[in-house]
Amino acid sequence: MLAFLVQRISQAALVMFVISVIAFSIQDGLGDPLQEMVGMSVSMEEREALREELGLNDPKLVQYLRFAGNAIQGDLGNSYFYGKPTLEVIADHLPATLELVIGASLIILLLSVPIGVYAAIRPQAWLAKFFMGVSTVGISIPVFLTAIVLIQIYSIGVNVEWFPVETGWGQWLNGALSTEGGLPSYGRGENLTHLFGTWYSGFFTESGLMHLVLPCVSLASIMLPLFIRLIRAEMMEVLQSDYIRYARAKGLSAGRINFLHALKNTMLPVITVGGVQIGVMVAYTILTETVFQWPGVGLMFLEAITRSDIPLIVAYLMVVGLIFVVTNTLVDLVYGLVNPTVKLTGKKA
Amino acid sequence: MTTATLSRWDRFRESFLWYSFKRDKVAIASFVVLVLMLLAAIFAPLLAPTNPYDLAQINIMNSELPPIGMQGADSAFPLGTDAQGRDMLSTILYGTRVSLLIGFGAVVLQAALGILFGLLAGYLGGRVDSILMRIADVQLSFSTLMVAIIVGAVFKASFGNLMFGEIAIYMLIFIIGVAEWPQIARTVRASVLAEKKKEYVDAAKVMGFRTNRIMFRHILPNTLSPIFVIATVQIANAIISEAALSFLGLGMPETQPSLGSLIKSGFDYIQSGSWWITLIPGLVLVVLVLVINLLGDWLRDVMNPRLYKG
Repeated sequence: MLAFLVQRISQAALVMFVISVIAFSIQDGLGDPLQEMVGMSVSMEEREALREELGLNDPKLVQYLRFAGNAIQGDLGNSYFYGKPTLEVIADHLPATLELVIGASLIILLLSVPIGVYAAIRPQAWLAKFFMGVSTVGISIPVFLTAIVLIQIYSIGVNVEWFPVETGWGQWLNGALSTEGGLPSYGRGENLTHLFGTWYSGFFTESGLMHLVLPCVSLASIMLPLFIRLIRAEMMEVLQSDYIRYARAKGLSAGRINFLHALKNTMLPVITVGGVQIGVMVAYTILTETVFQWPGVGLMFLEAITRSDIPLIVAYLMVVGLIFVVTNTLVDLVYGLVNPTVKLTGKKA
Repeated sequence: MTTATLSRWDRFRESFLWYSFKRDKVAIASFVVLVLMLLAAIFAPLLAPTNPYDLAQINIMNSELPPIGMQGADSAFPLGTDAQGRDMLSTILYGTRVSLLIGFGAVVLQAALGILFGLLAGYLGGRVDSILMRIADVQLSFSTLMVAIIVGAVFKASFGNLMFGEIAIYMLIFIIGVAEWPQIARTVRASVLAEKKKEYVDAAKVMGFRTNRIMFRHILPNTLSPIFVIATVQIANAIISEAALSFLGLGMPETQPSLGSLIKSGFDYIQSGSWWITLIPGLVLVVLVLVINLLGDWLRDVMNPRLYKG
């Protein structure tokens, strides 16, 4: 176990090293700190002196070591736009993104497990086929489009007047297809509860919760089909195995077999994939936050790009890289713990 | 010459592929829709009523006209107009063309990279294999969209807006191609590992063929069917990635829109009630991606290749 731990952690450190090199070369290639610090009127000699003083003329290796040393101490420079340390800016925006991810994960968890299990137990039922069909279509819809459609239906409202009003049916169809709208589609709402530090939560007030609905549903919509398909496939495989047949032969109730014996082994691969997908979700938060003007790190990153705020871009890269590496390593470790058959050391098969 | 083509056609008609295609209504419908969309995209300059790239044909007075069937519609613009007064039908035809071009281009690039690295990793094994696959693992764990967004952001910051807009098509093909090669490389590697143990490879080795020849002339043709399946799905993924990048402003400029940038430019007007500017291109995008995915599913079932699980 110890060898496994050391191997995984050193691998994570290596990946973090590569990320820091990439981040450093972006900062080195794109950012010119002098441009930001001094105006046009400063002479060439003074610029040169300042360059020397800041160490911008040092060899690249020395500069990288300084960058990495500062990064380890939690100093990734100051944002040009916000005028304060980049990590502080990210800390201000991170809670909003985390709440989005938490909300979406709850929706995914609460819907994908029952639907996936149902579709595996009754693959021929029309409802199961309907769910699988919807999930195929769902995979083909980009997350920002789902978000726009949700805004149109639940925020702006739809007024359908396609059918003739004279007939009762036409009127009923018009009414059935029209929606009121009214759900907020912009920002996080008012009266957020202060939890600690920079964390203001929207989970405890009505306004905050209403603002969470559309962004969380949009973010969940892209992952939900994937998880339903995964749970269904794994569950169907487990249901074929000998120990389930034995449980059936023993006369255990169907509910006990399905939810106690089979589900336990189904969730194992789901946990690994799920852990990795949390990382993937970070990419989708950028899209979701753009549509809903959600003040999280994704929107902050996109704004940093339009403002050419290089230190903030670099800091975002390092933080997101760290999140990815930590979640992947944790998932690996947890998987190694719960599944004793996994090879702990040596090369991957 | 004629007999050769005829026999090939006959062989195709006898094949299991054609047999199962004829029996699958979903596959036929998807194929027909896809071919129609491809034709519409290829012949867009002939089909479109106006040329959306030509500023002289645009009249700002026609802006935000709704599609036919709604109040205030103009029969000259069947799908309405956007905020600049461009005919939506024409911009969608041209936009589909751009989206498909980038989708196919990106898949050609990632297939080239993926086949090369997958063959090398699978056939040579050892250190080459572990280095290449570790890179692929890391890149995949970051999600291809994230890699594409970061590369796009860096390119945009270093080229500047105007310059980036001019070469956006090539940039997007490059970004998406490089971001997604691991998918194909893993599939190729998995089938190379299975093929490598077969007798014909041993025979080729005994005959003294060079490694290159064995890899590309002997093993590669036998790994084509899984590549074909995954490439189909990858076209759909590439089109979605392009749309996402364009929606974030890291893709095609508004003057030369793809479906993604049409959705983006329409989104600014959705609050004012002009839903058609964003939702009609969105519908076209979903239909395009859906039919490609459905065809991919069908191909996977028919060819049943050893796809890399995970």
